[in-house]
Amino acid sequence: MSDIYATLQEIVGKDYVSNQAEERYFYGRDPGLMPPHEPDYVVMPRTTEEVQEIIRLANKEKVAVVPKGAGLSLTGLVIPQIGGIVMDMKRMEGIEVNEAGRYVIVEGGVTHAALKSHLQKNYPHLRHSIPDSPPIATIVANAVIHGQGRLTQQRGFNSDMVSGLEVVLPTGEVCRIGSCAVSSYWFSKGPPMPDLSGLFLGWFGTTGVITRLGMKLYPCKKMRDVMLYITDRAELIPDIIRKLSHTEMMEDIVVSCAPLPLRFKGVFNMLVYITGDSEEELEFKRKMAWDALREYFESRDGGFMGVSPYMKPSLLAMPSKDTTRFADVSKGGGFEYSGPIAPIEKYPQYVKKLEELASKYNLFYSSAARVIDGGHSMMFSFSYTFNRADPDTMNRAKTALDEAAEFALDEGGVIWKPNLNEQRMVMERMDPNTLKLLGKIKQLLDPNGIMNPGNWEAK
Amino acid sequence: MTQDYASQIHRCFRCGYCKFPTDYSSLNCPSFRRFRFDSYSTGGRLWLIYAWLRNEIDWSEHLAEILYACTTCKNCVEQCPMKFSTDIVDWIVGARSDMVEKGRIPPQVARFFEAVHGYGNPLKLLRSDRAAWADGTKKYEPGDEYLFYVGCLGSYDENGQKMARSLADVLSAAGVSFGILGNEEECCGNEVYMLGEMGLFQTLAEKNNQQFKELSVTNIVTLSPHAYNVMKNNYHQFGADFAEYHYTVYHYTQLLYGLIKENKIRLSNNKAKVTYQDPCFLGRYNQIYDEPRQILQSIPGIELVEMERNRENSFCCGGGSGNFVMDLLAGGKDSPSRARVREAHDTGAEVLAVACPSCLTMFTDAIKAEDLDDKLVVKGISQIVKESLSSK
Repeated sequence: MSDIYATLQEIVGKDYVSNQAEERYFYGRDPGLMPPHEPDYVVMPRTTEEVQEIIRLANKEKVAVVPKGAGLSLTGLVIPQIGGIVMDMKRMEGIEVNEAGRYVIVEGGVTHAALKSHLQKNYPHLRHSIPDSPPIATIVANAVIHGQGRLTQQRGFNSDMVSGLEVVLPTGEVCRIGSCAVSSYWFSKGPPMPDLSGLFLGWFGTTGVITRLGMKLYPCKKMRDVMLYITDRAELIPDIIRKLSHTEMMEDIVVSCAPLPLRFKGVFNMLVYITGDSEEELEFKRKMAWDALREYFESRDGGFMGVSPYMKPSLLAMPSKDTTRFADVSKGGGFEYSGPIAPIEKYPQYVKKLEELASKYNLFYSSAARVIDGGHSMMFSFSYTFNRADPDTMNRAKTALDEAAEFALDEGGVIWKPNLNEQRMVMERMDPNTLKLLGKIKQLLDPNGIMNPGNWEAK
Repeated sequence: MTQDYASQIHRCFRCGYCKFPTDYSSLNCPSFRRFRFDSYSTGGRLWLIYAWLRNEIDWSEHLAEILYACTTCKNCVEQCPMKFSTDIVDWIVGARSDMVEKGRIPPQVARFFEAVHGYGNPLKLLRSDRAAWADGTKKYEPGDEYLFYVGCLGSYDENGQKMARSLADVLSAAGVSFGILGNEEECCGNEVYMLGEMGLFQTLAEKNNQQFKELSVTNIVTLSPHAYNVMKNNYHQFGADFAEYHYTVYHYTQLLYGLIKENKIRLSNNKAKVTYQDPCFLGRYNQIYDEPRQILQSIPGIELVEMERNRENSFCCGGGSGNFVMDLLAGGKDSPSRARVREAHDTGAEVLAVACPSCLTMFTDAIKAEDLDDKLVVKGISQIVKESLSSK
């Protein structure tokens, strides 16, 4: 038994460490297309102090540490590129709500499922921004990758809703970020002070381990509804989004397209979500949406379509199981997407490229574009399925995604949760001084280079 | 069996929906709840089986333990959003079957098979003692309306015997024409099937079918949901010799509720706050959720309160797939049975009602381990009904 293994057992208890082939296999890959690489150890700490001890051990032994949520980024962000320790955070599952302050403090392993259930049970008038990823996705990991959710159209990235952090730095110190650094309240991640949360959000665990995170909560209205607007003209989508977001009344706006079922081929489905505390409020918002798009209704370029009672529960579900089902539409168990954050005006070009690449590489595709922060940008997914048992489809999907990423960057987008190759593409295009700053920050915080090596390495 | 799952198992995306109940209020996969490594979730298990099939990992005792720690509770089937969801348990059973054929199984599983093969029960107790609980209960004869199939736990386990005795007494009180097989009764084979020993299972199924046929059995009432499930859903696979022979299987809660409705069982006041555990093989496997509750609600004085996870979202006791004997999920507060009795206690109930002898034995131990002896008692529904029988 190695000293590292024995020490990890001492830190977290023998039930929560493994160096066995089965755990190393599973934690060495994710459901996407990035090549696997196995860790030497998997460890599940329960407390911030245990995280500190593990980090100190890793520094002493010069062993890599990869903090992991549910591992659902699909882009290999928690595949340990040089082995070492995967730190599975799921045993850190404390939830503390400040009802008056409308925020929650969650420990590093709390899932969206757990928070959703906790709020529904105890604070039904409050909600958080639930992403479309499966419910096992964690709040912290989703914020660390700048994830989006049902409130992103109104409130920005889920990371914009962070209201404070507790971080174990790569050198082992515990550090509080935001108002919680000077107060017992977690209402702000920075302002009115320098916003240091940017040293950790978006870094994929390369600058520390977030052990607690404050997340803003928002009013949970009594009613929700979804409207379906369809058009077959991609070039109109940016203006339609502009008109809808101008109302400032939509909870969420998502535009999707896919070649199947055939009745939807060539059609863009815009899901427009509204909420209200009364039927009158909902009806008013429906009317505002109708009025906003009257021009296109009259020109017969699009219109609202009735949503059947059969479809509605699935469209209103949070999270949406339909997103996950896409993985098996070709009965292959796999899909991945390149998801640039991009100017909304580029929607038509992106759709054209999505279809071109699908045709070129003979892949099944779909796309969902979510409006971010009132219409300042969108997340556009180039999604392709692959068959996990067929290396050829996997290679074709990988090549298509690489081309999609290059295209998206050339067209003014920035890749969301980029894989290693996409990170390289981003850094090659980055302002040289910004890139240097990235490197300086990383070196300063993680002098031994132990944190999730390979990611955001500014050479 | 291999081809059935080997060509499909790569389709699991490991999304993790299988870990939850519908409302995401807790972790509902017993082995994942217990061990917390993703390898012990359904997705982990399927990915590891696929890796094993592709020779990406070698067989190990740890791999086999991961595979056999699944209680086949079917929560994953209930929650998986994919079209293949209904096949998941079959895939796991298929992989187990391959391990059995290769002789690569955990020692506890091997001992389970040896005991069933040698003794006709997994507890390794004497065949001649199988009917020791019966105390004069008559043997089945052609013409009796029901064969009471008692099962291994009902025959040998101290708690199971109480359940069996109570049911026999209630049936007698209701004037039901029934009999048992006594020492001639054979293991039902549900666990043997779930653990993947298809040869042994076939032998058991054929033996039982043969015996039922020889006795002209037309209706079987089972104490255990496990026996109910396997006789109803799996025995027909080995029915070539029984093409013209049919029988109907009931779980005892179905029969008792019918008798209550027909006023053949009269119930008197039994004041208690009761919560009910849906057994996996009654609920998720066979969608029998209402009858056990209706029985309890028929008893004057009983207040039925639900645990947070109930019906199709019920949390398994941890005893499925032979774990009521092997207990691969034992150890500490995270074992499913201990987590579940805490949940039962949280309802404020003083009685945890069960319809399965496996649940009964798992929870009886868990209540002791949780030091809840003076706060919560676990009882079979047959026991509760017997206590409530009206003397009028």
